[in-house]
Amino acid sequence: MEVKDKERTYIYPDIELDRAESEAIEALKAHCQEPIPDPDKWLDETLHRNILITSVDSILNWARRSSLWPVICFPACCAFEFIATSASRFDLSRFGMEILRASPRQGDLMITAGTLTWKMAPQVRRIYDQMAEPKWVIAMGACGISGGIFRSSYNVVPGYNRIIPVDVYVPGCPPRPEALLHGIRMLHNKIAKAHII
Amino acid sequence: MTVSLSGQEIAKQIIEHLPDAIIETSNSTVLVKSESLFEVAQLLNSRPELDFNYLTSITAIDYYDYFEIVYQLISLNHNHSLVVKTRCYGRDNLTLPSVVSLWRGADFQEREIYDLMGITFDGHPNMKRIVLWDGFQGHPLRKDYL
Repeated sequence: MEVKDKERTYIYPDIELDRAESEAIEALKAHCQEPIPDPDKWLDETLHRNILITSVDSILNWARRSSLWPVICFPACCAFEFIATSASRFDLSRFGMEILRASPRQGDLMITAGTLTWKMAPQVRRIYDQMAEPKWVIAMGACGISGGIFRSSYNVVPGYNRIIPVDVYVPGCPPRPEALLHGIRMLHNKIAKAHII
Repeated sequence: MTVSLSGQEIAKQIIEHLPDAIIETSNSTVLVKSESLFEVAQLLNSRPELDFNYLTSITAIDYYDYFEIVYQLISLNHNHSLVVKTRCYGRDNLTLPSVVSLWRGADFQEREIYDLMGITFDGHPNMKRIVLWDGFQGHPLRKDYL
């Protein structure tokens, strides 16, 4: 974005940036025609084979689930219900989640609060890839689960599980703060069953 | 209170200078031929007693036979407003003169109309898609998309 000469009073980004962005979106859209399966096969295995969790596992799981730091991923209106959940009446701080890190390197949990468009999808995928393991995803709201009422639109991704694997789905439009807290509790229960070692 | 000017009176002033431009007027709108759109806009922008120096928005509506493009203008000094409409007949290769040189606010609005309705604006310095990505085929807000 440079002003090349004095006559050029309009400053616009170069056409190559637009082309690159367009190629990234088309590539992602072509690649993501099927939803990614949910990462819960190991839960069935636990139940069937009756594997017990060791005490080391239980301590690590407790530590991991007791202070999940969410990554900011708030495209649309569900964000307001998330904000209401983290405000004083329905407190998220009692779960250790009051830290909303803008940097994905420091986050564990991506709560996808809002409708995702194909134009934004490569960036959300990038933020998910930048999060460090272990990481979890809660798909919040109808738009997060399946595209919601905008599912047939020309630009809407039909559910976040097209581009990232989702652990917990919280239905609602928007889900009430109590529903979101229930979803977070379900995620805590899921983390409590994990085998680290 | 912003006074919305009567279309008939503004039409009288425009007809003095540009006799062919107006198609019809109503209580608050002026319907202009698309060929003389730029001259009418220049007149509304430059005449000191009209002085419409702020373009609030440009929108486009798809009636099946024609597209109607609506310009909402406000004068910050005199505190009056006006609505100027123009029509584009047909479905393909529609062009209109761009008013970016008069009002800079038309920049992104015209790009959005190009992106979603398919009407190109001559003289726009950066006629590209703004809401959708570059390689998107089609213009989604037309009535016959999908």
